[in-house]
Amino acid sequence: MEILQQIARELERGEDGKVGELTRLAVADGLSAKQILDDGLIAGMNVVGEKFRVHEIFLPDVLLAARAMYSGMDVIKPLMLEEDVPAIGKAVIGTVQGDLHDIGKNLVGIMLKGAGFEVIDLGNDVAPEAFIAAARENDAQVIGMSALLTTTMPVMRKVVSMLREAGLNGKIKTIVGGAPLSADFAAEIGADAYAYDGVNAVDRVKELVAGSHD
Amino acid sequence: MSQNLPPGQADRPDHPEDTSRTQPVLSRQCIRFAYPDIAPAPRSVLVAQGIPQQVEPDARVVGLLEEALSQLRELVEPLGVMQEVTLPEFDRIYPGEGLNAPASPLAQIYPQAEVLALFAVTLGAPVCRRIAELFDVHDYALASLLDAAASEAADLTAAALEKIFADTFRMYGKLRPDAVALRYSPGYCGWHVSGQKALFARLNPYEIEVSLRESCLMEPLKSVSGVVVGGPRQIHEFEPGYPFCADCSDFGCRERIRNI
Repeated sequence: MEILQQIARELERGEDGKVGELTRLAVADGLSAKQILDDGLIAGMNVVGEKFRVHEIFLPDVLLAARAMYSGMDVIKPLMLEEDVPAIGKAVIGTVQGDLHDIGKNLVGIMLKGAGFEVIDLGNDVAPEAFIAAARENDAQVIGMSALLTTTMPVMRKVVSMLREAGLNGKIKTIVGGAPLSADFAAEIGADAYAYDGVNAVDRVKELVAGSHD
Repeated sequence: MSQNLPPGQADRPDHPEDTSRTQPVLSRQCIRFAYPDIAPAPRSVLVAQGIPQQVEPDARVVGLLEEALSQLRELVEPLGVMQEVTLPEFDRIYPGEGLNAPASPLAQIYPQAEVLALFAVTLGAPVCRRIAELFDVHDYALASLLDAAASEAADLTAAALEKIFADTFRMYGKLRPDAVALRYSPGYCGWHVSGQKALFARLNPYEIEVSLRESCLMEPLKSVSGVVVGGPRQIHEFEPGYPFCADCSDFGCRERIRNI
């Protein structure tokens, strides 16, 4: 559908006004929320993510596209409720306790929403208990933790071990990321996955969610 | 070898002003900074957003950056407080909650200081509130640029305080003319973030309305605290061979040492 391609194109350009307007037209044309979401908004964000991955565009461009995505999402939100369009998964994310650096975490949240996930963003300086409580409360499949400081990385280990102690480690998967982290560190603390950037996080979370359905 | 000594027990050279290191002479100072002294360079904000130096951002991003810097100028209230402490006092402050790395650069550096001062600086609450508001209304690009600009400005405010420290203590003869002042903060380079508790217990920066959360992060968030260490250039030089350096991707220490 031409209008869905237009939505995706304008989203890529970060034209929030145009995305909102085109989404309203698409709704008026009788397209379903799911069609608009999958073939317009998510399709556009996929292109944005790929361009970001290859350094063709940079963080501010992604964030402009994210705002455009929201202007489309705002239009279809009531329809999504009516049509009962399910999110492809649910993730609780946050920057760990003692750390306020959240640029990476914000980007992960945006990319996950752009991929169709429901994201509960707890912000920064998040206590281990708060991650677990939010995941339980929202029935999330994944907890995503970010840290920039080497001195706050041990908080991630604590969350993983608390999940294990609560017997939730099979049900709620963990993914970690942040500048000082590595796949080795993730494996050492028993996290289920490591992501090196926002785009990679989407792929890893998709895998975790698929695994939790097995 | 001295790297493995416990805090405060590193080499303490004979020091001509050793008496002054145990007797603070300066009263507490509150400082109001002028915006031009703490204004971030536009390019540095873009670099903090992951845009490489050689890349020219498009006009929309440039427009947003200008808007972010304009809001920053309007909203910041840069303030600082500095309190001289003696070496024995800092010997008690540095261990904090006992969670520091077994060896750290600062544990080796501060015992060789000519003069030490605790400090805190802040940009104030309004700019932090504005950043949160922008995120709430999904204005991510502007929010992120303002956030990056404010982080840069907070660091420049700490740098401006560091300069005042050096000028002041040189003027009072407590810092040699060729000595260097550098700041160190809890949360970095092996000084655990929980060290904020002991630091705040002594500094208590009530005048600038900075407080500690339970997690030891500061409120307002765009604040920096720590200790300024004044002394010979070579005491600040260290190799990044500590165990925590292996995980660290922030090469700020290398740049700081290069710049002294």
